Amino acid sequence: MKRIVQLLALFAVLAVVPVLLPPYYVTLLNYIGISALVAVGLVLLTGVGGLTSFGQAAFVGVGAYTTAVLTTSASLPGWIAWAGASPWLALAAGLVITGLIALLLGSLTLKLSGHYLPLGTIAWGISLYFLFGTLDFLGAQSGISGLPPISIAGISLDEGGEIYYLIWAFVLAAVITTHNLLDSREGRAIRALKGGVVMAEAMGVDTSRSRIVIFVIAALHACAAGWLYAHMQRLVNPSPFGLHHGIEYLFMAVVGGAGYVWGAVIGAGLVTLLNQWLQDWLPRLFGHAGNFEIIVFGLLLLLILHRAREGMWPALLRLFRVKAAPKVIVDSAAALPRRTLPARGEVILEVKDVTRRFGGLVANKDMNFSMKAGEILALIGPNGAGKSTMFNQISGVDTPTSGEIVFAGQVVTGRDSREIARLGMSRSFQHVRLLPKMSVLENVAIGTHLRGSGGVFPSAWRMERPEEERLLAEAARQIRRVGLEAHMHDEAGSLALGQQLIIEIARALAADPSLLLLDEPAAGLRFKEKEALAELLRKLKAEGVAILLVEHDMDFVMGLVDRIVVMEFGQKIAEGLPEEIQQDERVLAAYLGGVE
Amino acid sequence: MILGQDGVSSGAIYALLALALVLIFSVTRVIFIPQGEFVAFGALTLAMLQAGKVPATVWLLVAMGAIVAVVDGLARLRDRDTEGLGSLFGWNLAYPLALAALLHAVEPGGLPMVLQIALTLAILVPLGPMIYRIAYQPIAETSVLVLLIASVAVHLILTGLGLVFFGAEGARTTPFSEGSLTFGEVSINLQTLWVVGSSLAFIVGLAAFFTRSLYGKALRATAVNPSGAKLMGISPVVAGKLTFLLAALLGVFSGVLIGPITTIYYDTGFLIGLKGFVAAIIGGLASYPLAAAGAVLVGLLESFSSFWASAFREVLVFTLIIPVLLWRSFNSHHVEDEE
Repeated sequence: MKRIVQLLALFAVLAVVPVLLPPYYVTLLNYIGISALVAVGLVLLTGVGGLTSFGQAAFVGVGAYTTAVLTTSASLPGWIAWAGASPWLALAAGLVITGLIALLLGSLTLKLSGHYLPLGTIAWGISLYFLFGTLDFLGAQSGISGLPPISIAGISLDEGGEIYYLIWAFVLAAVITTHNLLDSREGRAIRALKGGVVMAEAMGVDTSRSRIVIFVIAALHACAAGWLYAHMQRLVNPSPFGLHHGIEYLFMAVVGGAGYVWGAVIGAGLVTLLNQWLQDWLPRLFGHAGNFEIIVFGLLLLLILHRAREGMWPALLRLFRVKAAPKVIVDSAAALPRRTLPARGEVILEVKDVTRRFGGLVANKDMNFSMKAGEILALIGPNGAGKSTMFNQISGVDTPTSGEIVFAGQVVTGRDSREIARLGMSRSFQHVRLLPKMSVLENVAIGTHLRGSGGVFPSAWRMERPEEERLLAEAARQIRRVGLEAHMHDEAGSLALGQQLIIEIARALAADPSLLLLDEPAAGLRFKEKEALAELLRKLKAEGVAILLVEHDMDFVMGLVDRIVVMEFGQKIAEGLPEEIQQDERVLAAYLGGVE
Repeated sequence: MILGQDGVSSGAIYALLALALVLIFSVTRVIFIPQGEFVAFGALTLAMLQAGKVPATVWLLVAMGAIVAVVDGLARLRDRDTEGLGSLFGWNLAYPLALAALLHAVEPGGLPMVLQIALTLAILVPLGPMIYRIAYQPIAETSVLVLLIASVAVHLILTGLGLVFFGAEGARTTPFSEGSLTFGEVSINLQTLWVVGSSLAFIVGLAAFFTRSLYGKALRATAVNPSGAKLMGISPVVAGKLTFLLAALLGVFSGVLIGPITTIYYDTGFLIGLKGFVAAIIGGLASYPLAAAGAVLVGLLESFSSFWASAFREVLVFTLIIPVLLWRSFNSHHVEDEE
């Protein structure tokens, strides 16, 4: 409710601005709005998704040139001539073209790890820019002039004070939809791209798809900005679409606060105003001999980076002590449908002759074991025995050198971890893989990813809210189940390590698995907490869930599990009931050293 | 053949820049966009010396030295650590002032070229560690993105200063040696030989530095595992400054080499630096020999395409990255978390 009031107040302020301010400032606000639109895309792409792009100016150029060619050329080929009839049709054509280019460039460059990507974007950013300046049908260096103004319902927006409303409507729509998107099932997947790819894949998120999605969204924002720019200027030429402008958009996002949607607007405003004022004032002080504004601009930027590394927006939030309101959990939301678990006693997992070599090192050699539904199996062994390697192969994070793994009746060797997750396997990680800045609730909600289906567009316009309520309610249910309801809305990174391991379990449970893999879940827990965990695992077993456990704590293991597999130097040395294992001489030798 | 020569000599320059970029990135995680500015500053400072003027860059050295002296001096006083104050003030105050005095005392235009080059290096190379101290050291722990933006800010400042110092006019320096060698049909420009020869010497020297000397090994250790190196007593600050010193040396020297071949303007550095980037990307920002090979490839492609399709020269050079990136992306398909 408060948010709506704030938004309405903002609408009101924006609406009266062009009436009150002189035209010079309205023009400035138009430029700020257009830049902010590009920067909002960058916040999503770079700040949240961690993919740095220098090439956004080129997408702005694609949008601007598409509409310029379509609305001014008299000799369009027949198949595209319809788009020349109105700037709005040209916008549609521009968005389609930009989307296709972004898909192509994205599929080429987005697979690269972080540091190549910015350099790759420099490459195509420069290439597109030089193309604008050399292709004859784009007017080469002199560009294209004589663009018609945009008109809405017969009103033509040919004054700065008129197109102002259209520009800021676009900006607000972009800000609000981006905000909504980030606060959704798809948004959680996007936020996991920075530092949580392995975890997200294990929860069934297609991270390559998420990367492409945000790349295309950012490009479309830039394209729309280019369209607005072209029709505001009524002419286009290559110079505003070069690499320097691409860098400037990135500036805006970072200065404003790269991870914050409103930061884009603040950053665009700050950078544009700073530029303008410096250009107005410095020549009066120093004369026109040098390019002093660029020096002062650079110095101020460095100062901002040194003083507020995260950008202006979070600094402002801290200054005014604004805190995000905790999420509302609707407990009455209908429960999500459950998976039908296999019948108790049915074989759910089979590991056959699995060998994994890392160069000369044999981490697993000829491993064989199987699990039944509703069984708790422990994998134990000294440090370095190859337990975690086994785990990673079962869950698809790693691929065996030879051998076969069958899960739920299907051979899963070599499949992606997200496909295996879809079949009903879920896991926790020994080295905690949470997103430390996200709340416990949202971290656990990532586990529900495969149980929802709300896509990007419905999320941006809040059409998936009923499903989102159910997902969050499910996450909250799992958090209560593991006993962490007191920390539901805390940042996951602020909890103790033992509690973070428990969050890992809650997240795995939120996926409604038929096989649960837990990597050292009891490490760092106190006695009472261990008892509670054991109780929880027994309850899950009673429901028919199979649990595979790697654990060092023998008291915990012996009292809980049905069977034990013991590994040493990558091989299975014993398998049996807990009592048998306790008497097994080879196991005793492995743990206590040989008895001479 | 002439095209080939041009290509190889600009390739050699790009190789030096690519090496510097790889070096800085692997040690400090900074993508050092202003690397090209060192090239332009190097060529233009030498040109000013040859024209008999005192290069304005020496005042930049004095000013930045003063900033470093004040910032570090205050920090030392706060920690009551007076031991290093002597060398701090010596390097950052006395040295720049002495250099400025020297430049005023002698007539730089009349000096032999070797001394002019030595003076150019003496003025510009110390700027490297100073830039690191002022711009990067306070934010050394932040993300690659923030460091990158800081790089862009430094680039803007240096370009702006370049215009103030050197004006909008371009300049060309005198070649190391005039004329050319002729082998039957083939004639080779002597300056090309200088460029290729000294680049090779530099690369061999660097290789020796990294494999033989203690500091070189320390830098390699920092590149492979920063926190491990820190635990072994290798200071990240020293590593950072040393890297920037080397990078500045490589950049300024490239500028000295390229000065006689092409006309350099105050803002030429950016594009030259970017082509160094292309080369570095081909090397994957990690491998020195690949980066050098990439540089020669970029140089050749540039000079041939400027002949066959000059309008599309830049497009061709920068699109070259895409197939390389493609090849790389097909060769790496395991999922990993970054940072």
